[in-house]
Amino acid sequence: MSSPSDPTLDERVAKVLAGDVRAAARLMRDLDDERPEAFEALKRLYPHTGKAAVSGVTGLPGAGKSTLVDQLVTRHRARGRTVAIVAVDPTSPFSGGAILGDRIRMQRHAGDPGVFIRSLATRGALGGVSRSTRDVVAVFDAMGFDEVIIETVGVGQDEVDICRTAHTTVVVTAPGLGDGIQAQKAGLLEVADVFVVNKADRPDADRAKAHLEAMLELDAPAGDRWRPPVLATDATTGEGVDALADAIEAHRAQMRASGEWARRERARQRAELTERVLYLLRRRAEVALERTGGVPALLDALERRETDPYTAAASLLDALD
Amino acid sequence: MADRRIRVLIAKPGLDGHDRGAKVVARALRDAGMEVIYTGLHQTPDMIADAAVQEDVDFVGLSILSGAHGTLFPAVVQKLRERDAGDIVVFGGGIIPEGDIPALEAAGVARIFTPGARIEAIVQWVRERAA
Repeated sequence: MSSPSDPTLDERVAKVLAGDVRAAARLMRDLDDERPEAFEALKRLYPHTGKAAVSGVTGLPGAGKSTLVDQLVTRHRARGRTVAIVAVDPTSPFSGGAILGDRIRMQRHAGDPGVFIRSLATRGALGGVSRSTRDVVAVFDAMGFDEVIIETVGVGQDEVDICRTAHTTVVVTAPGLGDGIQAQKAGLLEVADVFVVNKADRPDADRAKAHLEAMLELDAPAGDRWRPPVLATDATTGEGVDALADAIEAHRAQMRASGEWARRERARQRAELTERVLYLLRRRAEVALERTGGVPALLDALERRETDPYTAAASLLDALD
Repeated sequence: MADRRIRVLIAKPGLDGHDRGAKVVARALRDAGMEVIYTGLHQTPDMIADAAVQEDVDFVGLSILSGAHGTLFPAVVQKLRERDAGDIVVFGGGIIPEGDIPALEAAGVARIFTPGARIEAIVQWVRERAA
């Protein structure tokens, strides 16, 4: 498939590396649509990745993630860094369609060539980001963007895939979204490197911040382990966003100094590899099952309770070998 | 392998703040299985063209109720062409007098839907045009 001298592929890769927006945007779409030739391009781009600093912004719907990302972009640009944003919104489980509306809150960067916003739909993925998110981040990385910010769909408690893609995970909450015990539950709160209580102008913001801080007290960090700070922001006015940008940078510096950055990179690559293997296995299995044609007969047998799903699945897998 | 998913940018150029129609169209396209990027109010042609290219959409749907369509619709087409994105299909709707339509079509707007248009007709037109 990938011949070393494929002129179309060469040209495509060269354009993306040169920062061509059209070529990059089309590649992202082909990756999202799982076109095999797009992965050939990604193979060529991979050696050029690994330079971008990736942060994830996640939290409940309506907590103010998009507005906060918009403000963060302004801070990064003021510090001379180029920024790419991957904004994920949910796909309708019924129609397969999606309304992607995160750009509405990110208008102030229009016309700035140092900012590239890409909206993605989850397309059935349940972890808060789309399957393609990692691939799109890789394209931005190869294009040379300094910062990549991933904004997840509005998530609740268990959608933590973001921490396997980002170097720094920011969990955004807002006053009135849950009592003290919500903060004690497992999941989302455990993956936070930085906590943000947004809408800090609300009267109960101090209490929400205190709840989070109390929870973190119980989790006393050993040695030089990073202790997630709890920051208050008002994304509408931008108050507190400088401190957030500083905290993200401090987290990176501390991770690099402690060796945690390298550990996370390795864990990230392991997750990516596993995911990729499972993806390829699934594709292969789908093709093979189609070819064996034994599925309808098994479904009939299941309906008559002559077999069970466990035996049937095992027999199908045996047939693939 | 996943099919090609149709992507559409719905935008409101200019100064009017009436986005009910744009949202209804966005929702109908979503329900037809398309990915719809909605950018909100008060967009300039440059903003719309930049967003369309970054999002790699097949269509840009414009809604305008202020009467400025004669300037703004062709400007969006022009800005897309400047970005080597003249293949992105531009359509529009709003309070647009029948007499204005030929000039808009001559300027490269593929289709204008006026207030009487049925929502199903818009969805079907986008589908057929994408095929």
